[in-house]
Amino acid sequence: MSNVFIAFQANEESRPLVDAIVADNPEAQVVYSPGLVKIDAPNRLVVKRETIEEIIGRKYDLQELQINLVTLSGNLDEDDDEFVLSWKH
Amino acid sequence: MDKRVEKKKLDLSSRYQALTQDLQWDTSYQSMDKVFPYARYEGIRINDWSQWQDPFKMTLDVWWRQQSEKDRRLYAVLDAFAQNNGQIGVSDARYVNAVKLVLQAFAPMKYALHRSLAHSARNLPGDAARIAAQIQATEQLRHSQLTVHAASVYNKYFNGMHAAPRWHEQAWYLAPVKSFADDIASAGPFELMVAISFGFETLLSDTLYVPFMSAAAHNGDLSMVPAGFSSQSDVTRHKQAGTAMVKFLLQQDSLNIATVQRWVDKWFWRSFRLMPLVAMLQDYMVPKRVGSWKESWNTFVEAPINALFAELAPYGLKKPAGWQAACAAKDHLSHQSWNAFYGYGHAIAFHTWVPGNDELAWLDSKYPNSFDRWYRPRLTHYAQLEAAGKRFHNHSLPMQCQVCQQPMMFTEPGDGRWISYRETRHEEESFHFCSDQCQTIFSNEPDKYVQAQLASHTILHSNSNNTPEDALQASIAALGVVIGRDNGEFHGSEDDTNFTEWGGGQDMKEAQL
Amino acid sequence: MSVSAIGAYTYAPHDTADRFAAPLLYVAWDEHMMFAAPAVVPIAMDTTMADVQAKVLAALYSAHPDFERIQWTRVQWFCGDRMFTPQPNATLADHGFKHKSVLRFRTPGLEGLRRSCG
Repeated sequence: MSNVFIAFQANEESRPLVDAIVADNPEAQVVYSPGLVKIDAPNRLVVKRETIEEIIGRKYDLQELQINLVTLSGNLDEDDDEFVLSWKH
Repeated sequence: MDKRVEKKKLDLSSRYQALTQDLQWDTSYQSMDKVFPYARYEGIRINDWSQWQDPFKMTLDVWWRQQSEKDRRLYAVLDAFAQNNGQIGVSDARYVNAVKLVLQAFAPMKYALHRSLAHSARNLPGDAARIAAQIQATEQLRHSQLTVHAASVYNKYFNGMHAAPRWHEQAWYLAPVKSFADDIASAGPFELMVAISFGFETLLSDTLYVPFMSAAAHNGDLSMVPAGFSSQSDVTRHKQAGTAMVKFLLQQDSLNIATVQRWVDKWFWRSFRLMPLVAMLQDYMVPKRVGSWKESWNTFVEAPINALFAELAPYGLKKPAGWQAACAAKDHLSHQSWNAFYGYGHAIAFHTWVPGNDELAWLDSKYPNSFDRWYRPRLTHYAQLEAAGKRFHNHSLPMQCQVCQQPMMFTEPGDGRWISYRETRHEEESFHFCSDQCQTIFSNEPDKYVQAQLASHTILHSNSNNTPEDALQASIAALGVVIGRDNGEFHGSEDDTNFTEWGGGQDMKEAQL
Repeated sequence: MSVSAIGAYTYAPHDTADRFAAPLLYVAWDEHMMFAAPAVVPIAMDTTMADVQAKVLAALYSAHPDFERIQWTRVQWFCGDRMFTPQPNATLADHGFKHKSVLRFRTPGLEGLRRSCG
C-alpha cells in the first residue's frame, strides 16, 4: 500500500478543491508548505466534479484544476466527472 | 413552444479521440519507412499504436485556453513583482545566487529538451504519441522562457546572469547539464521520450520544481515561484505520458523490455547526476529553509518512485540499476556539491559562502548521520580562513567523469570517506568514471562518450597557453564572467553591498531556518 | 555493443596523448576532500617520484594543515588500484604510469580536518 498525492498552488481557487478532496477521501492528509498545498492519500484519491460544484456554487470543468496543479503521483484516470489517482498493486 | 434540448456533448474520452487521435493513416504514396525514417533503428518493435493512451485526455482547444490562462496569471505576478521592487524583498541577497544557478543550468536545458521533443513529435509513427510530444516540446520551450522572464528582474540588479545560454554551452561546471541535453539530442525518438518524460520528469523533476520552489516562496521570491509551479503543472502531463510510453513499449513486444530497462537505468542515473545542483540549492542556497534535500528526496523521489516501480514490475521492468546508490547518497550529496563549488568559487558565475552558525546547526539537525562527521569540519575551516583573509581557493583542474562530466567528487555509495573511482580500458585508451552506473553507460555505447570534450582536458590541449592553476578561472573569464564581481565570496561582493544599500532583506530573526 | 544509429557512428577519442603538450596524470590525496576532486596535472612521465612529491604534491596540497605533518616514509602510494613503493629517483613511467593514469597517496593517521576526510 503506497500513497498517491496531488499538490496545488495554495490560493483561493485551489481551496475548494482541497475541501472537496478532503470530503471525498476520508484518509487524505493535507500538508501545507509556503505557496503549496499537498494532499496524500493511501492508494487512491478521487477529485469529484460534483463535490466541487456543491462547494463553489457554479458549474465546474474538472480540467480547470490543471491551472493550479503543481504535481501528482499515481496512475491517472480521468473523465468528465472524476479525476482519480491510484496505484493498482 | 419549442423545447430547448441540450445538445449532447461527447464525453471526455470521445472528445480526446476525435480531436487528437483518428489522425493516423498508413501512407501509400510513400512507404511508412520513408515517412518515418527514425522509427526502427533503435530496435523498438511496435505492433499496434492504437494501444498508446495518454492518461490526461487533453484536447488542443482546452490546452490552448488553459496554457494562456496560466500565462496571463503568472505574468501578472511577474509584472507586480518587478513594479514593486520585489527583488529587495527576498530574505537575503545570497538567495539570488539560487536564481542564477537555475537560470544558468535549467533554462538552457529546457530549451535544448524542447528541440529533442520536436524530433519525437515528427518521428514517432503513432498520432497520439506525436501530439503528446508536440505539446511537451512546446511546454519545455515555455518553461525555458518562463525561467528567463522570471529571472530577468533580478538580472537588472544583480550580477552573474548576463550570458547564461553561452555559459550553458561552454562553462566547465555546467557541462553535466549540457552533456545530458546533448546525449538526449543524439538519441532516437523513443529513447528521448523515455529519457525526458520518464527519466528526468517522472523520476526526479519534482525535487527542483516543488520543494525548492516552496523554499523560494519562503524567501520572498514571487517571481521564480509562479514560474516554477506553473511549469510543473505541465510536467504532470509529461509524467503521465512518459509512464504511459514506458508501459506501452514494455507491452508491445517482450523484445523491447531489455532496451527499455537499459534506457531507464541510463536516464535515471544521468538525471540523478544533475541532482548535485538541486541538492545544494535546497540545503545551502536558500537562507530561509523549508526542508532539507534529504526530506525532499524521501517525499518526492524515494516513496513515490518505489510505488511506481512496484506498479511497473508486472510489465517486466526493474528499479533502475543505480537506485540503491542514489538513495544512499541522500546524506551526502548536497554537502559534497557545495564543498566543490565553494572550493572552485573563483571559477564559476555565482557567489559562494560558508553558512552561518544557525544554518550549520540546522544542517546538523537534518543530517545527524553525516554532517558533523564529514562536512562541518571543512566549513568551519573555510570560515576560519575567510576570517583571516585567506579564503580557500582550489586552483587545480578537477578530474571529470567521462560520462556525466561531473567533477569526480562523489564517494562510494553510503560512505563519506573514499572517492569513487572506476576505470575502463577501451581501444588502448583509459577512461574514468564516478560510479558503476556511468561506467556501464559508457560500456554500452562507448562511441558516444569517447568523443566527449571534458573541460579539464580541452583546456589543456596543445593549442592553449593555460597553466592548470589559472586555467579554470581563465576559461570562464573568456566567457564574459567578471572575476570577483560575478563570483567569489558573497560577503563583501557588489551584490551584497548593493542589497544592503537598497535596504533589502527580511527580518531573519523571525525566520524559521 | 555499438551505438544504435541511423548511419555510421564512429568517433575518435577526444583526449589521446597526442592532443596534449604533456601526458595527463590525475592526482589525489585520499581522505582529504577539502580538495573536492582529483586534480588533472599535465606532466612528463620521465619526472622522478622525488620531483612529483616535492613539486607537484606540494603545489597542490600544502594549503592543508595536514601536509606539513606528513611522514613521507609512512605514506601509501597507489597507481590506480595497485599499491606500489616509489623509488625517489625512478620516474612515473618506471612505476607504470602513463597518459590518464591515477596517482593517489594516503597518509595513515592523517585523515583530514578533525579526521573528517576533509
